[in-house]
Amino acid sequence: METRRKIRINDCTLRDGMHALGHQYSVDQMVEIAGRLDEAGVDIVEVSHGDGLSGNSLNYGFSAHSEREYLVAVRKVLKRADLAALLLPGIGTIEDLKMAMECGIDTVRIATHCTEADVARQHIEFSRAQGLDTVGFLMMAHMIPTDELVEQAKLMESYGAHCVYVTDSAGALLMEEARQRIDALRQTLDCEVGFHNHNNLGLGVANTIIAIEAGADRVDGSVAGMGAGAGNCPLEVLIAVTDRMGIDTGVDLYTLIDCADQVVRPLQKRPVQTDGNALMCGYAGVYSSFLLHTEKAARQFDVDPRDILVELGRRRMVGGQEDMIVDVALELAKDGSR
Amino acid sequence: MAKTKAAILGSGNIGTDLMIKLQERSQVLEPAMVVGIDPDSEGLSLARRRGVKTTHRGLQGLLEDEVFEEVEIVFDATSAAAHLEHAPILKRENKIVVDLTPAAVGPFVVPVANLEEHVDVSNVNMVTCGGQATIPVVWAVSQLTKVYYAEIVASIASKSAGPGTRANIDEFTVTTARGIEEVGGAEQGKAIIILNPAEPPLIMRDTVHVFFEEAPREEVMAAIEEVVAQVAEYVPGYRLVQPPVFESHLTEPLFIPGRGELRGTRVTVLLEVEGAGDYLPAYAGNLDIMTAAAQRMGELLVEASKG
Repeated sequence: METRRKIRINDCTLRDGMHALGHQYSVDQMVEIAGRLDEAGVDIVEVSHGDGLSGNSLNYGFSAHSEREYLVAVRKVLKRADLAALLLPGIGTIEDLKMAMECGIDTVRIATHCTEADVARQHIEFSRAQGLDTVGFLMMAHMIPTDELVEQAKLMESYGAHCVYVTDSAGALLMEEARQRIDALRQTLDCEVGFHNHNNLGLGVANTIIAIEAGADRVDGSVAGMGAGAGNCPLEVLIAVTDRMGIDTGVDLYTLIDCADQVVRPLQKRPVQTDGNALMCGYAGVYSSFLLHTEKAARQFDVDPRDILVELGRRRMVGGQEDMIVDVALELAKDGSR
Repeated sequence: MAKTKAAILGSGNIGTDLMIKLQERSQVLEPAMVVGIDPDSEGLSLARRRGVKTTHRGLQGLLEDEVFEEVEIVFDATSAAAHLEHAPILKRENKIVVDLTPAAVGPFVVPVANLEEHVDVSNVNMVTCGGQATIPVVWAVSQLTKVYYAEIVASIASKSAGPGTRANIDEFTVTTARGIEEVGGAEQGKAIIILNPAEPPLIMRDTVHVFFEEAPREEVMAAIEEVVAQVAEYVPGYRLVQPPVFESHLTEPLFIPGRGELRGTRVTVLLEVEGAGDYLPAYAGNLDIMTAAAQRMGELLVEASKG
């Protein structure tokens, strides 16, 4: 495929990857990975708690270090790549954004559930006014029809977003659904369009390629897939495919492969892969970061983790509702003992 | 005894629900005027249909109306920014003010926890809906033992979050976290709000995580059950969905960045707030808990002012 547009690669290993590690990266590990990502030629490196700035909590887990420590350390090793942070209004605030700006971020990604773009207005307007590269991130994009997603994306663009993402947080989008959504945003918006996904149905690379074909300007991936659920689109695999397709991303394949094999994969205590429970996140349409919390609750209350995930999907829980996992597990345990 | 006249600033979801509550449920207060800024708003037209005076000229419209002199108490359900303008004017006019915005000009009040502490103050703040739903639980635990950290997750139906809430979501998290510390008694507080668009709308859910210095679990359990029953006296749909879940961190401490390792016990309290369905349907428990608490506070302040 020929393309004149330069696709921008946004790496999530150090942000979404926090989920896979229960938010326990050491600063040294982040620095090591960030240095290799920079060397490989990745455009944007995202660093935050898995649930965005100020995600530190009992509900989502506390990280091993403060976000300031991580951001400052990574900033120092980035020579070419931009530094990004993620913020979910309702969890983090503009004060957290100011902290991240002091640490030298270039890009901020403001994430809301796919129907709630208007809660991001103050954050997007602020970021844009501060001169940050500002991205709107519409999560759980599989939950609404394409035309409704377009309306929400237009809101984010109207607040000043430079780019709006179709974010497949549950890794639940089928191939045609991914194509439709990117295509519709591409045709409606004047700003850039991005795509982020999870490999829960094994479509991490395939759907990302579809997004590029449909006109996405930015796409996300993580080295060795390091992310919530079955992980994100594995970046080194994506780059191998884009290389073969003749799409120039400017990212060096061998450097990423070495980073995946030598650094990132050995960190994975629980393999990041499309195994049964991770698959169920995609199948049931559940927020990928529910995975580890669900496995913990399943052990604690002796219920089948797959039943928990299916029930969470049935209840139409959205990102951030990790507290409902224990609620569902207790409910199932009660039913089971009857 | 004649009821005391109250004015309500704001004709959105909260102001309208409060008007209905005062009209139908208060033995002490009656709504004398609802103040809005849009003559075509649903709230103002409902007030007119219910025989309550209205103005669409904001606070100025109330100040210039003959009813103002008889009004003893003003509920402000506008926005934090607007309340900062209203507060000094109402103080000069010697009105009791119950502030339902996150402006926090006056001290925070939460029924059950500290309602009686501030009966001599002329301006009190109701924190936030999530704060009203969760701070009583934090407060109950902090009466027994030291609370190192408390965190709440409020999940509300998208339909029950009005434009004011949406435009100022940071104020919710910041104000609620402060309330958890100042009224709840936690050393450190955190608040998270989630909007869920599911249809049919989901009933408001609140989860409270309290991390405390080890104390007998049956005492903590009893204190939580008692405080939930007390809140349910003025919000009947307030209830525990599951029994509280305890998790010990005595051998494996909890690490909080910036604070270090803490040894103690975590309790997770899963709550549901079903509303009375006065204005918005029963799923919007977030409205009810706010307006019911404000009504209770207003009645108490008026009774105290009359000795």
